Amino acid sequence: MTRRLDTLLPPSLFGLAALALWQFGVAAFRVPQVILPAPSAIFAKLFASLPTLWLDFLQTMQGVAVGYALGCASGLIVAILIDRSPFLQKGLLPFGNLVSALPIVGVAPIMVMWFGFDWQSKAAVVVVMTFFPMLVNAVAGLKSAGAMERDLMKTYAASYSQTLGKLRLPAALPFVFNALKINATLAMIGAIVAEFFGTPIVGLGFRINTEVGRMNIDMVWATILVAAAVGSAFYGIVALVEREVTFWHASNRQREV
Amino acid sequence: MIRIAPILAVLGALIALWYVAAVLMNAQLQEDRFANAGRTDYSTADLASASLNMDRPKLPAPHQIVGELWRTVALADPSSKRSLAFHAFITLRETLLGFALGSLLGAALAAAAVHFRWIDRSLMPWIVASQMIPIIALAPMIVVIFNQFDVVGIVPKAAIAAYLTFFPVTVGLVKGFRSPDPLQLDLMRTYCATRGQTFWKLRAPACAPFFFASMKVAAAAALVGSVVAEVTKSEDGGLGARLLAGSYYGQTVQIWAALFAAAFCSAALVGVIGLVDAYVGKRMGYVR
Repeated sequence: MTRRLDTLLPPSLFGLAALALWQFGVAAFRVPQVILPAPSAIFAKLFASLPTLWLDFLQTMQGVAVGYALGCASGLIVAILIDRSPFLQKGLLPFGNLVSALPIVGVAPIMVMWFGFDWQSKAAVVVVMTFFPMLVNAVAGLKSAGAMERDLMKTYAASYSQTLGKLRLPAALPFVFNALKINATLAMIGAIVAEFFGTPIVGLGFRINTEVGRMNIDMVWATILVAAAVGSAFYGIVALVEREVTFWHASNRQREV
Repeated sequence: MIRIAPILAVLGALIALWYVAAVLMNAQLQEDRFANAGRTDYSTADLASASLNMDRPKLPAPHQIVGELWRTVALADPSSKRSLAFHAFITLRETLLGFALGSLLGAALAAAAVHFRWIDRSLMPWIVASQMIPIIALAPMIVVIFNQFDVVGIVPKAAIAAYLTFFPVTVGLVKGFRSPDPLQLDLMRTYCATRGQTFWKLRAPACAPFFFASMKVAAAAALVGSVVAEVTKSEDGGLGARLLAGSYYGQTVQIWAALFAAAFCSAALVGVIGLVDAYVGKRMGYVR
């Protein structure tokens, strides 16, 4: 318990100090609201506009959730399918690595054109963004089971699907969770940026973009606060599930002591 | 030769699929256009070829995108706003400026975190945590704040690129500076090396592979940052502005061309870093 406190205390103190500095700095130098509102003003705005932000949150999360589920699931399925064909792997993986360097959020205007202004187009952007990280990681993960274990499965006369289900998929889980964590952040980015390109009049990205236009910077900060909280919570949930599911993995075992 | 064959096969399959998809997605639209023009005597082949050459298709065919790229990059005057090269140049300038600033800042902070315990313990958790949040949501606001101070043009966008560069570089370099193993650090101690000497002679060289890996991530992130920033402040031009203009006017070919240009820029940046990485790696011996 004291060790936990030890690791948590310095960053918390630092955060509080930064907040205090911000609050008093803004007051002392009379920084105008349109440049940097004080933290207290942002929190006040946040609580005053909770109903609006809740609707924005629901709208954005709809696209994020559907896109994330579809993108990650299809990435995993394609990885399992091409796992049996070295030819397809050699052909597809360079693309997967190339795509990770590309500005995929750029497909947002195209998706908005194809699927309309509502959450479907955001989900489509998220699918495109999350597919390749999952594909690349899952293919690497499926290879991670050791030769000894595979030989053991062979001596058991295990079929392909038995080896896959009992050995290789579980062995791939740490990689899959790595992709799930990367994708949690990417999904939020994709949905918010896609909303810059057109949306019904609700959504976190829409709120940020319009309130910037109206110079309501405190509202922008409040929305960003919501986006940050949602992003961290999303990541945190995936990380928690990971710790429960892959408790056997080396990176998690040390905590037990 | 053997390594390139599967890639070419997949590339060929993708292009073929793209053509099929283009015909399927555009056929309905083209049928309507034929109907509006009063044409009824067209064959399926006519419909297919017409739907691959529409001026505002739902999905442009690859040859249309290549044509648009050729027209706007090679044929257009590079100093006019119609030239994609002009916009790509703006984006690249912002990206490189931001990338340079962000990398320097990130490297400085990483070096500080390795040497000062309090920075490592109080600031680093925030930097790691900030990777989980959609930082790019800040882009429009940063542009506006810079505007308040009459800073316009490429600087606000470079700031966003720098901001996005900064995090992967810091996290990667801290890992890299810590990568020498205790034996090597002990050896430095037996040599009576100062902290500065240990840093420059052991930690900095050991960090090279980590440095290049995070540079690649950061370069891609920086380009995304400047493109998104251009969307929010589109009157200054840039590839993001082309994307936005294309989506306003339904110019799908223009959107795809801008998208491909952004992809080429990003791939070129990452590719250059990869080449330097390979060269340095060979000289230093960590790549065989």
